[in-house]
Amino acid sequence: MSLSGITKRGKMKSNSIWRQPLAVVGVSIIAIWTFLAIFAPWVAPYDPLSQAGDKFVPPSSAHWFGTDELNRDILSRVIYGARTSLPYALLLVVLSALLGSFIGAVSGYFGGKVDSVIMRITDIFFAFPGIVLAMAVAAALGPQIRNAVIAITIVAWPVYARLVRGLILNAKQNDYVTASSLLGSSSLRTMLVDLRPNISGPVFVLSALEVGNALLLLSGLSFLGLGAQPPTAEWGSMVSMGAVNFDRWWVGLFPGLAILTTVLGFNFIGDTLRDALDPRTAKALRN
Amino acid sequence: MKPAPVKRFSVRRALSGAGFLPFIVRRLLVSILLIFGISFISFSITQLVPGDPVAANLGQSAYSDPEIVAAFKKEFGLDQPVPVQYIKYVGNLLQGDLGVSLSSKRPVMEDLREYFPATLEIALIAVFFALFVGILLGTISAMTRDRLPDQIIRVFSLTGVSMPVFWTALTTFYLFFFLLGWAPGTGRLEPGAETPAQVTGLFTVDALLEGDFATFRQAFAYLLLPAGVLAIYAVGVLTRFTRASVLEILGNDYVRSARAKGLPEFTVIRRHVLRPALLSIITVAGVAFSSLLAGSVLVESVFSWPGLGQYAYRAAVGLDLPGIMGVSMIVATVYILMNLLVDVLYRIIDPQMREAG
Repeated sequence: MSLSGITKRGKMKSNSIWRQPLAVVGVSIIAIWTFLAIFAPWVAPYDPLSQAGDKFVPPSSAHWFGTDELNRDILSRVIYGARTSLPYALLLVVLSALLGSFIGAVSGYFGGKVDSVIMRITDIFFAFPGIVLAMAVAAALGPQIRNAVIAITIVAWPVYARLVRGLILNAKQNDYVTASSLLGSSSLRTMLVDLRPNISGPVFVLSALEVGNALLLLSGLSFLGLGAQPPTAEWGSMVSMGAVNFDRWWVGLFPGLAILTTVLGFNFIGDTLRDALDPRTAKALRN
Repeated sequence: MKPAPVKRFSVRRALSGAGFLPFIVRRLLVSILLIFGISFISFSITQLVPGDPVAANLGQSAYSDPEIVAAFKKEFGLDQPVPVQYIKYVGNLLQGDLGVSLSSKRPVMEDLREYFPATLEIALIAVFFALFVGILLGTISAMTRDRLPDQIIRVFSLTGVSMPVFWTALTTFYLFFFLLGWAPGTGRLEPGAETPAQVTGLFTVDALLEGDFATFRQAFAYLLLPAGVLAIYAVGVLTRFTRASVLEILGNDYVRSARAKGLPEFTVIRRHVLRPALLSIITVAGVAFSSLLAGSVLVESVFSWPGLGQYAYRAAVGLDLPGIMGVSMIVATVYILMNLLVDVLYRIIDPQMREAG
């Protein structure tokens, strides 16, 4: 790994990521899943909801991944599952990154009392059993994947807040920021124009690293029955059918592999991006 | 000139150093404040989300009877204004009372005493296993940087943190129980087996205390698979983290000097690299431990492990607010205690912190 391809603000020269084999594998995996999600109706061999045929057919040439308890083709459901899991995981990351960055920016920019109150609240959220709270919120709002996204956002924002606050505190010391406020820029303008470029790179990398976690939590809630509801094809809830019929190994195995490969793809990308950042920011991201 | 004699390292000296007591007192006070903060936030969130605990805990016919609803609300204090409910909660909390669970109708404290040790038992085994394997693999990975062993370990550890734990639980259970017949099955002991008298609540420890080796072996066999599955994520995290910190330290001049002195590589790594790296590894292990408690929710549901995770799930689904609060409080307390422990270990390991006070 060389650090030569990196410029000061944590951006990389355009081609350096392609020299990393892990990143290439990661991007390929995500590209394949994205393709499958978009073109699912053309790629999937069967209708994911069709109950024609027999139940619990083991993998065969007609049903590569077998069929489930309601005679549905598992391969088709895994492919359609990408349409549920990918967009919601991304949405979840975008929401928590926006919320967390906003809170962190306010904390770092205004400093003083505001900062210490916000940071204490952030500490408390770090001490929280995230999934317990997410389960409670998801159960109270009613089991739906949209509510699961809201529930996880409520517990997932603090990582972003802590990162952005640190970055803002550093960036605030730059002379051009002082100059800008002396020239009469509003707080909002200073934040968006002068400070934002300093934080967008690291926040992007953290988001890339968090997509995998988001997908794991989201499919975990669905596995527990607190996320996507039947008959929607969603990987986590498909694995839970495998847990009920655990002697039919194919029911749970394939949707789980779908989760694993997708999360792995995002982690390969995120990991490479982090290594390419300047070491100090990379260290802040590791904790 | 003779070099000054190097003082042998001693834990006792580290802990009796100036400023240790005030440090602990200060940290304990902050921890207590943090626990109250957590109770406030979890209370607020459970109040803010719309959801009717009465409807969730009473049957359809009972819910349509206003008298029963009123009695239920009165029994659990739900008829009072929310701020009063919170103040009462904190008042009880100070006396170690976490309220009565809406679903089990038992004191939450009693419930936790029953369920928490089951989770603690698998989480402890998982974290020690993860520390051992993680430090070993991470060090090998760093020492063979960018060569084959490093590449393999990196892919393995990334895979470890990418596995959906509920799926790993399911597939390993299928493999080791159903196909190979090596794993004993779900639960903590054979159905109908007599549980050892509760001292710690950890079946393995309690069985040993009774001198009952058969039960000990059985309890141990039952917890291996859930603990192993739970450990996978932590192994991944600790391997990656160890690799990063060892790499950082390997670049120091004193490591080069130690090697130039002709010290065996093993000694260099153990004394000059791993010792300083331990600081940050311990911090991460502390955080990993509390994430294990949370991860147990999913693992326990597959292995029917009667632990905190199962209890948390039932409390969440039943909108059992005292139950949810109780679980949050206990996990948060463990997190805070782990952090405190890490700070104390820091002072033991790091001489600079000892002298700085």
